[in-house]
Amino acid sequence: MAQTLSRGPVSGTAVKSSAKKKSFLLDLYGTAVGKKYVMAITGLIGIGFVLTHMIGNLKLYIGVVNEGGELIYDADYYGEWLRDLLVPFFPRTVFLWLLRSVLIVALIGHLHAAYTLSVLNRRARPVKYQSARDYQVANFASRSMRWTGIVVLLFLLWHLADFTWGWVNPDFVRGAVQRNVVASLDRIPVAALYIVANIALGIHLFHGTWSLFQSMGWNNPRFNRWRRGLATGVATLIVVGNVSFPAAVLVGVIEFDPDAVTCCLEGHSE
Amino acid sequence: MSTNAPITLDSKIPEGPLADKWQNFIANEKLVNPANKRKFKVIIVGTGLAGASAAATLGELGYQVEAFTFHDSPRRAHSIAAQGGINAAKNYQGDGDSIHRLFYDTIKGGDFRSREANVHRLAEVSVDIIDQMVAQGVPFAREYGGLLDNRSFGGAQVSRTFYARGQTGQQLLLGAYQQMARQIGLGNVKLWNRMEMVDVVNIDGRCAGIVCRDLMTGEFSSHAAHAVVLATGGYGNAFFLSTNAMACNVTAAWRAHRRGAAFANPCYTQIHPTCIPQADDFQSKLTLMSESLRNDGRIWVPTNPDESRSAADIPDDDRDYYLERIYPSFGNLAPRDVSSRAAKRMVDNGQGVGPLKNGVYLDFADAIDRLGEQTIRERYGNLFDMYERITGENPYNEPMRIYPASHYTMGGIWVDYELMTTVPGLYAAGEANFSDHGANRLGASALMQGLSDGYFVLPYTISNYLAQWLNKPIPDETHDEFLKIESENRDRFKQYMSIGGTRGPDYFHRELGRIIWDYCGMDRNEAGLDKALSEIPALHAEFKKDLKVTGGDTSINQTLEKAGRVDDFFELGLLMCKDALVREESCGGHFRSEHQTDDGEALRNDDDFAHVTAWEWSGDAEAPIEHREPLNYEEVEFQTRSYK
Amino acid sequence: MSVLTNITLKVWRQDGPDGQGRFESHQVPEISEEASLLEMLDIVNERLVEEGREAIVFDHDCREGICGTCSLMIDGQAHGPTKGAATCQVHMRVFSSGDEIVLEPWRADGFPLVKDLMVDRSAFDRIVEAGGFITSPTGGAPDANLIPIPKPVSDASMDAAACIGCGACVAACPNGAASLFTSAKLAHLNLLPQGQSEREKRTEAMVEMMDDHFGSCTNHGECESACPKEISIDNIALMNSDYLTSKFKNRKKLAR
Repeated sequence: MAQTLSRGPVSGTAVKSSAKKKSFLLDLYGTAVGKKYVMAITGLIGIGFVLTHMIGNLKLYIGVVNEGGELIYDADYYGEWLRDLLVPFFPRTVFLWLLRSVLIVALIGHLHAAYTLSVLNRRARPVKYQSARDYQVANFASRSMRWTGIVVLLFLLWHLADFTWGWVNPDFVRGAVQRNVVASLDRIPVAALYIVANIALGIHLFHGTWSLFQSMGWNNPRFNRWRRGLATGVATLIVVGNVSFPAAVLVGVIEFDPDAVTCCLEGHSE
Repeated sequence: MSTNAPITLDSKIPEGPLADKWQNFIANEKLVNPANKRKFKVIIVGTGLAGASAAATLGELGYQVEAFTFHDSPRRAHSIAAQGGINAAKNYQGDGDSIHRLFYDTIKGGDFRSREANVHRLAEVSVDIIDQMVAQGVPFAREYGGLLDNRSFGGAQVSRTFYARGQTGQQLLLGAYQQMARQIGLGNVKLWNRMEMVDVVNIDGRCAGIVCRDLMTGEFSSHAAHAVVLATGGYGNAFFLSTNAMACNVTAAWRAHRRGAAFANPCYTQIHPTCIPQADDFQSKLTLMSESLRNDGRIWVPTNPDESRSAADIPDDDRDYYLERIYPSFGNLAPRDVSSRAAKRMVDNGQGVGPLKNGVYLDFADAIDRLGEQTIRERYGNLFDMYERITGENPYNEPMRIYPASHYTMGGIWVDYELMTTVPGLYAAGEANFSDHGANRLGASALMQGLSDGYFVLPYTISNYLAQWLNKPIPDETHDEFLKIESENRDRFKQYMSIGGTRGPDYFHRELGRIIWDYCGMDRNEAGLDKALSEIPALHAEFKKDLKVTGGDTSINQTLEKAGRVDDFFELGLLMCKDALVREESCGGHFRSEHQTDDGEALRNDDDFAHVTAWEWSGDAEAPIEHREPLNYEEVEFQTRSYK
Repeated sequence: MSVLTNITLKVWRQDGPDGQGRFESHQVPEISEEASLLEMLDIVNERLVEEGREAIVFDHDCREGICGTCSLMIDGQAHGPTKGAATCQVHMRVFSSGDEIVLEPWRADGFPLVKDLMVDRSAFDRIVEAGGFITSPTGGAPDANLIPIPKPVSDASMDAAACIGCGACVAACPNGAASLFTSAKLAHLNLLPQGQSEREKRTEAMVEMMDDHFGSCTNHGECESACPKEISIDNIALMNSDYLTSKFKNRKKLAR
C-alpha cells in the first residue's frame, strides 16, 4: 500500500499477477467496499435487534398480567415466550439460540470489518494534517463512529453481565426480568451509565442508518431525501425508548414487587 | 553556425483530385505488418488530444510507444480547457452541411493561407472523430430523443459543433487519455510523467531521439527511437498574458527548430474575442469565456465614450451593437479575428466598459427574455458561474465584460502532408504544427485537428516512413551525439543557475510579453515591429546577465523550469516579429495596419503572399533563413473574406 | 478596486519526500482583492527569488479550474472556502485584511509529498489504467447516432464525467478514501450504453486498484463538499452496488 516516489516509465499496470484468485466471497470481503457491505448488513441486523429489544422492553411498563390464572410480570412472560419460540418444531430455546448466534456472528463481523477498515484508514493517511481541519459536513456522529461503537460494545458487555449472567446485578434471579431490571437500574450511577450508553448508541445509529443506504448502494433520487429522516427517526425512537427504562425505574414508574406475582419467581431454568 | 542539414520544403501532397487525395495516400503508402510493428519504437512528446490519441492508437497497432508529459498526469494537458465544442461534417441537423462545406469554411476562415489537401483531409476525418469519441464514452450533449445535439459557432452558417456542456475539451481529452491509459495498463505504452523534453537528437540526417530533463530529480536522460512525434501545443504564452495554461511553452518545438525543423508562419496568432478583461497588473493569465456565448449574447458598447450610466440604464438608442451593425449577416457570430479587432477598435475609441474601460459588453438580457433564465442556465450555467467567481459580478443581472486575448497559435512547426517536419522521422501534431488553420482558426476546430492528427492521420502516415527502417539498427542512447547533446543541455541549465543576477524569470517573461503584445499583437506595423526587433534582443541580453534562479537542481525547481522556457520564448518572439514584418499584407490573425481597406478591414495580397513562410534556424536568432512553400489552390478560388 | 492589507501566509515547506517539514510565515502587506490566491503566491515567490530564497513549490496550471493540477489545503479545507471551485479559482476577495491563511499540502498515503505543497497523484492514473475506459480501438466505431442515449442518462454521465481528477476528495476525506474519484469515473462510463460490455470488469478492476492506494468510505460526505465540480456521493452508492453485482453476476449472461 505504501506509496513511494519512484521515477521511470509506467507501463503494464493493469496486467494482473497470475496469483490464484480467492473464493469470490473472500475476494469481495478483501476490499473496503466489500467490508462496508459487511458493516451495513451486520449493522442492519443490529438495528433490527435493538429495535425489537426496545419494543420487547416496553413490557416493563405493563407490569403484572394474568396468564392462565397465574399473576406474572409481562416482561417475564415475554422472556418465556422467547425461549418457547417455534416449539415444538425446535426444542425449547433452540430457536432463540439460533437467533443469538446470528447476532453473535453479526457482532463479530461488524467488529472485524470495523477494525480492519480502521487500520486501512489510518494507513491511508500516515502523516496527519498539521493545521486544523475545517470540516464542512462531516458531523459528530460520522466522525465518532469508532468511539460510540466502543462505548456501545463495552456497554453490551456490562449489559450481558448485568442481566444475562447476573455478575454485576445486586439481586439477580435468572429469568426474572422485571426483578433484575429494577434491582440494577435503581442505582443512580448504573442508570446514568445506561442513559449515556444509549445516547452513544443513538448517535452511532444515526450515522449508521443513513450510511448503510450508501454502503449497500441503495440510492434513488425518489427516496434519497427520506434517508436522513429515517436515520433520525430510528435513532430517536431507540434512544427515547431505551433511556426511558432507567428513568422510569428511578422515578418509580417501573417497579418490582415480589408479592404481586404468583408464578415463576425463582430458580427458573432454561 | 548551425550544423543542421539544409532544408527543402516538399509538401508531399498526394496525386489525384482533392477529394481523393487522402484515399490515394492510404492506398499507396508503405505499411508495416502487425508482427513487425513491435520492432519500432515511437516517442510521443506531449499528451494532449493529439499526443494521447496518437499514443493510444499507435500502442493499439502494436508499436512500442513511449509517451512523455511534463505534467503529473497526462490528463492535465491544456486541451482540457477547450470549452465550446468540436466541429464535424455530420450534417445531423440536415442544414446543408457536408465535408466540402466544412473544408471550404475552414479554408475561408483561415483566410486562404492553409494547404488545401490538409484541410480537406481534416474535414473528411472529422466525421470519424465523432463516431470514435462517442464509442469511447464521451457524453456529448443530446436532444431529448437521445440523438446528438449541435450548436452553431463563429464563421459557419450551419450547426455542426458537437459539445459536452462547456467542457468539451475536457471530455475529449479524457476520452483520449482513457484510451492511452488502457494501453499503459496493457503494457503497450510506457508513460514518463514530469519529464520535460529539452532537445532533439538527429543522427545521420534523421531524428534519432530526444533528451529530457526529469523535473523531479533534475537528471538529464536520452531516449532513442525510430520516430519522434511532438504534440507539444502552441506558443501563445509568448504574450505572457494569454488564455493558455501557465506551463504552456514553446521549448519542445523551439528546440526541434534549432535542430533543423522549419518553423512556419509564427506571426499567425489568434486573439480570442471573448475573454475576461485584465483586472490588474499582477494577473497571471486571462480566462476565456467560450465563444459559444456569442450564440445568445449580444455584443455592444455605449455610443458615448463618456457614458457613466450602468449597463441596464443605457437605452437601446445609446448602445452600439457594432458587430450586428457592421456585419449584418454574421452579426455576433463573426469570426474570431474580425470580432477581436472590432472590439479593439471600440476600446481604442474610448468606448470601452468596466473600471479600466478595457472591455465590451456581452449581454444576455434579450436571450433571457426570449428563452427564460432556466434555458440560459442550462446552456451556459458553468460559464456564468466561472465569470461570477472571477469578477464578482452576476452575469444574469448585468452584462458580461469581455475583451480579446491571445488564445491559439496557427503557426508552428512546418510539416508536410504526412505531418513530418523537415527533419526525417520527426513529426509534429496538433497545435504544435502549422498545418490546417492557415492565418486564422475557426472556433471548435482545434479539438478536431488534434484528434484528427493523433487518431486518424499519424497512425497511417508514420508507417510510410518506418517501413524503410525495418530490421535496421538505430543508434542507441550511448551514441556520441546523444551524450554530446545531453551534456550541452546539462550545461545550459547549469548556466541558468549560475548567472546570479537580480530578477526571476517571471519578470523577464512579463516584459517580453508586453513587447510582443504591443507590437506583434492584434495590430502590427513596420515601425512597431522594428522596435520589437531591437527591444527583444536587448531584453534577452539582460536576461542572460541578470537572471536569478534560486533553489537547487536536484529536486523539483519551478523557477529553473521557467527560466528554460522563457529563454526559448525570447528567440521565438524574435521570429514572430520577423515573420510579421516580412508578411506585408493583412490576413486572418495577422493584421498589418499598413494593409487595410478604407473601412478598416484586412487587406490580403494574394499575388505576393499566397505562401507559407517557413523559417530555418541559421545559428543566429536574429538572422533566420526564409523559405517559402507556395499555396496552390486547385479547388477554391481566392475571395475577399467578407462576413458582412 | 479595493486592496487587502496585512495578510499572513503560513505555508508548509518541505525539501523532499523524506524531509522534515515545517510551517513558514510570509507577510503580504498589500494585495488586490481581484487577485487570485495563486497570483498572491506568484508575487510572494517572485519576491523570494529576488531575495535569494527558494520559491514555494506548488502545483498549478490552467488557472481556470479545469485541469485539476492545483491542490492545497487552505485553512483546513481542500481547495479553500469557495464552494464548487478549485484552488486556482479562489480569489482574495473571500479573505479579509489581517487574515492568516494557512496552506498545507494534501496528505494521503496515495499522494506522497514531492516538495513543499506539491504531491504526486499518479495513483489516480493507476485507477484509470485498471479499467477506466471503454475498449474501442481507433477506426472501428459505429455511427455516433446509432445508439440514442436518453438525455437524463447522458446528463448524469456528464455530471460524473466532470471530475477533474484533482484529488480534493481524498484530501478532504477523514479516511483518505478515493471513493468519489473512482465512483465518478465509473458512473461516467457505467451509465452509458457504450460502457455496458465492460461494466462489471471495469468496476471490479477499478475498485480493487483503488483499494491498493486509498482508505475506505465511511460516508462523511466531506468529499462532495470539497469537490470543485460538486460531484455527488450518489455515485459512490452506484459504485458499491455495481461492485457487488460484479462479484455475483454470471458474465456469460451479461445481456440479461
